[in-house]
Amino acid sequence: MSALAVEIPYWGQSLLRVLAGIVAVLLPAGTIVYVFLFKMMSFMQSRLGPMEAGPYGSLQLFAEVGKWLQKEDTAPEAADHRVFKMAPLIVLLSTFLLVAAVPFGPDAWLTNFEVGIFYALAVSSISVLGILVAGWSSANKYSLLGGLRAAGQLIAYELPLVLGVIGVVIQAGSMNMQEIVVAQNDGAIFGWDGLGNPYILTQFIGFLVFMIAVQAELTQPPFDMPIAESELVSGYMTEYSGFRFLIFFIAEFATVGVFSLIAAVLFLGGWGVPFAWFGWDSVDSVDNWMNVAGPLILFTKMMALSFLIMWVRFSFPRFREDQLQRFAWKVLIPLALANIVITAIIKVAL
Amino acid sequence: MGLGKPKVPGLFKGLGVTLKTLGRTVTKGADTVQYPHEKEAPPIRARGVIALHEDNCTVCMLCVRSCPDWCIYIEGHKTLAPPRRAGGKPRSVSLLDRFDIDYALCMYCGICVEVCPFDALFWSPEYEYSEPRIAELLHDKEKLGEWMETVPEAPELEAGADRGKK
Repeated sequence: MSALAVEIPYWGQSLLRVLAGIVAVLLPAGTIVYVFLFKMMSFMQSRLGPMEAGPYGSLQLFAEVGKWLQKEDTAPEAADHRVFKMAPLIVLLSTFLLVAAVPFGPDAWLTNFEVGIFYALAVSSISVLGILVAGWSSANKYSLLGGLRAAGQLIAYELPLVLGVIGVVIQAGSMNMQEIVVAQNDGAIFGWDGLGNPYILTQFIGFLVFMIAVQAELTQPPFDMPIAESELVSGYMTEYSGFRFLIFFIAEFATVGVFSLIAAVLFLGGWGVPFAWFGWDSVDSVDNWMNVAGPLILFTKMMALSFLIMWVRFSFPRFREDQLQRFAWKVLIPLALANIVITAIIKVAL
Repeated sequence: MGLGKPKVPGLFKGLGVTLKTLGRTVTKGADTVQYPHEKEAPPIRARGVIALHEDNCTVCMLCVRSCPDWCIYIEGHKTLAPPRRAGGKPRSVSLLDRFDIDYALCMYCGICVEVCPFDALFWSPEYEYSEPRIAELLHDKEKLGEWMETVPEAPELEAGADRGKK
């Protein structure tokens, strides 16, 4: 915060960061739900989607939230009530913990972790716990099946998720997400620095593996076996209603946003523009206005990646459970491992 | 089994279909109709509501008996009508006292319309008759008679079609 003209006391900084974290989770989630889930999905099915609440249905989300909030908070009699009520909060917690590691500008970060990406991948698996707990405590065989499927799937796809990132980490030489951003925008392709060196070019296989794994981690179709509504009603969410269902819903789409943010940081250059455009040579020489422009740039990149995730979601039918596991273990993981080996060899050779 | 040959071109084709539909909806509008604001004209043989042409009904009860949901209620009585020819005997005819269809029960199978030997029941494409109270879905014979206005002319039969016995 030293770059800002005003000195803010520590408690003020903490408050600002908490507020910024909430905004950084809820704003993308709301935008993604309206732009992609309500509108893009409808258009892809040749219909208009919500049109009544507000202009072009833009207030539909508030109507939905209001509806959920006034519903009764029910729980099955046989459920483990305390755990049942806690589960959606655990899932949402992992989303908020994730966003803490994302840098939004040269000084606009919530925490500047040295091992930011390691931390992000670690806390992202907390949501598995929440889902498993939700499925188990519902006292419903479909919920339990959904929870078990979710656990199997999320653990299987955690590996390609991590392995897909390692290529980036090797190339950037750092696990700090801020340094990964700087390395991309400061870099050059064969001496030409007009585009920086976004890792989507050099780490395209890593990007592919990462995005597929993200799709599976988010349990978005075609990887939505845990909530397969035609087989398991709604999987681990079956017994939830009212605001607890709302929390699951927010967590699902907020996590789409946060994972898109992380993917944008890792592969698209994050908040930055190629430093050569303005003649910057390091993160300290970046102008102050990037603290305002950076989040907007990052938001744009996030929307582009969310578009990809949602586009795939609305286009493909669901995998079968065994195909899903086979795809993770026999295709994605070997591919990611090969990518790491090749990246490492080239890194050492150059 | 295995995954088989990876169908990558198929994957991209699928993405193309959704993207094309997206573009078409944005530029040319959706295939759907914004219902309360603009109405779609249903096809003339659509099964909206059943209309009663009371004069044709002879209280034969065939529709009541054939209704799988038991949603038609008929009451009638016999009365004497003037003879057809001067000096003849007065004719015995049935008069309709009550003809109700409970649309809360009706499943729109159309058997009553099919089975009616005297063309007293007709399909109308009119579909806007929902009610806030379920009891009001019981349409009496006056209301069923009003639906006759919405019954379209029967389409011309195809050349060579069986014109039936009537």
